[in-house]
Parts: sequence; structure tokens; C-alpha cells
Amino acid sequence: MTIAIALQELRKNFGEVAAVAGVNLEIADGEFFAMLGPSGSGKTTVLRLIAGFEIPTSGSIKIAGEDVSKTPPFNRDVNTVFQDYALFPHMTVQKNVEYGLRVKGVAKAEREVRALRALERVKLVGYENRKPSQLSGGQRQRVALARAIVNEPKVLLLDEPLGALDLKLRHEMQKELKELQVQLGITFIFVTHDQEEALTMADRIAVFNQGQIVQVGSPKEIYEQPANEFVAGFVGISNLLHPESSREILGKAGTFSIRPEKIKLGHDLERKATGKVSQVQFLGSFTRIDVELAMGDTLTLLQENDGSSLASPVVESLINISWDSKYEFQVG
Amino acid sequence: MKISRRAKIILGAFTGLVLVFIYLPLSVVVINSFNPSRTFSWPPTSLSTVWWTRVFHSDGVIPALLTSLKAGLGATIISVILGSCIAFAVARYDFFAKNTISLLVVLPIALPGIVTGIALNSAFNAVLQPLGIGLGLATVIIGHATFCIVIVYNNLLARLRRMGNSLEEASSDLGASTFQTFAYVTFPIIRSALVAGGLLAFALSFDEIVVTTFTSGASVQTLPQWIFNNLFRPNQAPIVNVVATMMLVAFILPVWLSQRLSEGSAVGSRL
Repeated sequence: MTIAIALQELRKNFGEVAAVAGVNLEIADGEFFAMLGPSGSGKTTVLRLIAGFEIPTSGSIKIAGEDVSKTPPFNRDVNTVFQDYALFPHMTVQKNVEYGLRVKGVAKAEREVRALRALERVKLVGYENRKPSQLSGGQRQRVALARAIVNEPKVLLLDEPLGALDLKLRHEMQKELKELQVQLGITFIFVTHDQEEALTMADRIAVFNQGQIVQVGSPKEIYEQPANEFVAGFVGISNLLHPESSREILGKAGTFSIRPEKIKLGHDLERKATGKVSQVQFLGSFTRIDVELAMGDTLTLLQENDGSSLASPVVESLINISWDSKYEFQVG
Repeated sequence: MKISRRAKIILGAFTGLVLVFIYLPLSVVVINSFNPSRTFSWPPTSLSTVWWTRVFHSDGVIPALLTSLKAGLGATIISVILGSCIAFAVARYDFFAKNTISLLVVLPIALPGIVTGIALNSAFNAVLQPLGIGLGLATVIIGHATFCIVIVYNNLLARLRRMGNSLEEASSDLGASTFQTFAYVTFPIIRSALVAGGLLAFALSFDEIVVTTFTSGASVQTLPQWIFNNLFRPNQAPIVNVVATMMLVAFILPVWLSQRLSEGSAVGSRL
């Protein structure tokens, strides 16, 4: 495995504030990597440090083994798809896509061929002569992508790439981005605050909080085995058993997380608890049931609407719930 | 917003009244330039172009016009250069006392011309005179530049702020050197704001009279000064109307142009 990006003890201060507070990370060649976290967690700053828009306060950034910590952006072999796309408003789609080749002195004929190929990849042939202002949000997104991939960078950086699109388009683009990444075989690093986006698209996810990485792992690992309470709460619906409940139900000390779909109605499984139904929400394919335990914690469970289950429980009634011990993870 | 029919009529009438109030005096000047009567008897009994033919032989008009053009051009060039420098510094960098400096740059446009005039006059006399440089075209240009800078600065700063940093970052990210980024991205986008600012600065300098009076000395005379000096001379008064009309016509175009240019969003640079 070759390393595309290596960050070592990376720090970035803005005045008194440490936006990035010691990040160590290795991203492999060809990986689809997500940096996930709430706003202000430092994920975008890390992306901007990799692109070269910010100079690190300390620590190092290596791209393909080469230290680029002080290299200006135009000498780094990475390209960025900006959150607001940053298309050049005075240039046509064609000129926008050709831009990177033009400034590197690629001949006009070759530029045109490569730009067309890039536009084919993002399915935007036929729009070459439009100005960005004449395009929809989704189309602008595609131009931004084409403009970046035409340079055949080692690494493509995407800053909240789907943030400005509506839900339907976002799902479509999620699929297309994934396909594009497989086709091109280059490393994609994308920043998002949307856990669903990270889980569906990424090979690996780094979860950021307060300028640091709190967990790195595959989507499954992040979801099933959250490293701490923050990850458990940020990725997916969090079901936390605080120490009092843990002692009572599990006979163990500490805080534990259990994912809602692992909890079943009834007392058939290993861990058993009883609580009062505080809320029942019909969500289409699932019904969400919140159960308040005697010790104060609330557990959410998802009951599949597959026709097999009994009628939904009534609010304020007492119900039994249970789960297997292998699905509980200590987070604190 | 929905406006009732009555409100529409009242607002329309009021707007019309304001426009008449502004433009009626101007049209009197235009009509008077064709009024053959030396005393501007109103209404004109006939129309004639006699003053229009005589203006070019009139004493001092052409030199005054040339002085004004030179002063305007000089002040515009200085303010475009310095105004852009400050606008870029303020828009793109953080530095000590940024807001104070920004205020100090903008202040001269709000200061009464008479105060700027007195201040410049005594400064020039105290500093330049001992060096053997007297008041003249150069001091007029410097005087005008103090407030013309503001126009360029404000126009450009607004455009740079609207443009944001991401376009330049994108250009740099795509491999463009600092110079290429400026030539291909920044300049095309700010060009129209610069032209608009420059045109307005020129217009501002061209009709300035208060600061000019304090900085021009005895040797040079700008067109507004010539007009002011000749307005009350019976022989010259009709020609003043002609010159005023010419200025009016000559200024409609650049002002209209600069307005169109600054209206266009950062996205729609038309020049």
C-alpha cells in the first residue's frame, strides 16, 4: 500500500484558537476517504492545509512521500472541488475546465481533447459554451469536478461537495462520485458534516472533534464500534447507557452505546430491560420507539414494519426490551 | 410588495416632481446656450448657434479645458494606482489598525472641500515652496487625488469583497502562479469596477472648484474656475452656457457607463 497523504502532528492556530490541534493521519493511494465532524471541528482546515491554502503552524504534510508543508498550492499535485464551486464567472464551461491545463502551458488542441474527456466523465457534454451563471447547482458541481479531474491529480479534495444540492440530486451525485472515483482510481478526500454521506461513500472515515481526530476506521467500524461517546452520538442515533444504568442492566461499570436497530421488543435476548414508552414515531419503513429506563437513560429502538411485529406500543405503557451483549460498546 | 393604485399615482407624481426639480435648471442652461440674447431674456425670442461658434475663439477656454483634462487624468491615474493598492490590502490581508486606516482613506470625501483646501494650501506653501516648487498643475492633481482615491477604493473594495477568496484559491489550486491568477482571474473580474471607479474619479476631479482654488495658484486655471470667473462678465456669460452644456453632454456618457459597470454583479463583468 502506498501512502498518498501523510499528516504528522499537524497543527494550525488562528490567533488564540487551535483549529487543528495535532492531527496524525495516513491516507492510502486510491482510497475514498471522508473527514467527518461538526462545523468548527477542524476538518475543513485540514483539507485547506493539504491543498496549501493555509500554512501549518507546526507539523508536516506529505503528498506521495514528499514534504509539501511549505509548498504553495500551485506546486502541489492535488486539486480541490470547492464548496461554493468557485467557477470563474467570466469564463465559459470549456474555459473553466481547460484552465489548469492552460496555465501549465498545454497546447490548445490537447487542452480541448482533455477538457472534452473530463466533461464526458461528469456527463456534461453539450454545455461547453455556457457561462456558470447559466447552469443549475448540480451542473456547476459537475463543472467543478471536471475542472479538477482534467489535471489528473494524485489526490482530489472535495469540500462539502454535495452540501448545496437538494436531497434527490445529492443521492444521485453520491453514487456518481463513487463511480467516478473507482474509474479514475485516484484518492478522493472529502469533508462532510453529514454522517450518512460519509457512511455511504467512504472507504474509511476520520471523525473530527475540536481540532483532533477521535476515530479513524471503516464506516462499519465507526458505526458499530464507536470509540467514544462523541462518535456514538455524532454518527447515527446514539443510545447511551450511563454508569447507573450499566451497573443495573449489564453489571458493568462505564458508559455503553447500543445502536437502535440492535434492540428488540420483548425479553428474548441476553440483556433485558424494562421501561416506559415516551414516544412512538412512524417513519415509513420503520417505527421509532423511545423507551425511558428507570435510571433516567432513554433508549431508541427501530421496529421494522415488515408486518411480522405486533401493533406498536402505546405511549406511557411499560414494555420489555432486550439485545445481545456483543452489540454493546464501551464508549466511556 | 403590493402598492395601491392611489399610492402608485402619488409616488409617480412625486418622483416626476423631483426629476423636474433636478433637471429643469439644467435644461435652462442648455436652452440659454442657444439664446442669442446677451442678457438671457426669457423666454428666448429665437434660437441661434452664435455662442457655439464663438466659444472656440473665446479667451482662455481651450487652455482651461486642457488644464482640467490634465488634472483629471493625473488625479485618476494616481487614485487608480494607490486606491487599488489600499483596496487589495484591506480586502485580502489583516494588518495593524486596518479599520482605522480604511477610515482615514475614506474620510477626505466627507471632509468639507474648504477644509481640505486650506490644509493643502498651507502644507504646500510650507513644504514645497522652500524647495522652489510653487502651486500649479501638480498641486491641483495631488489635491484632487486625495478624494478621488476614495471613489476608486470604495468601488474596488466592494468588488473584491463580493468576489471573495475562493476564485483566486481555485486558480492557484489549478496550478496558476500568482501572476497568472491576477492576469486571468482577478483582473478580468475587477476590471469593470476599476473602470467605473476611474470614470467617477475623473468626473469628480473635472468639476471640482473649492480644493482647486486653494491649490492651483495664479498660473493655472481649470475649466470650472474659468466658468466661475466668466459667469459675471457680461461679454462672456453666454459662452459660459455653451461650455456648461458641453460639459453636461460630455459627462452623461461616462457616468452612464460607470453606473452600468458597477451595477453588474462581480459575475457579469461587461468590459
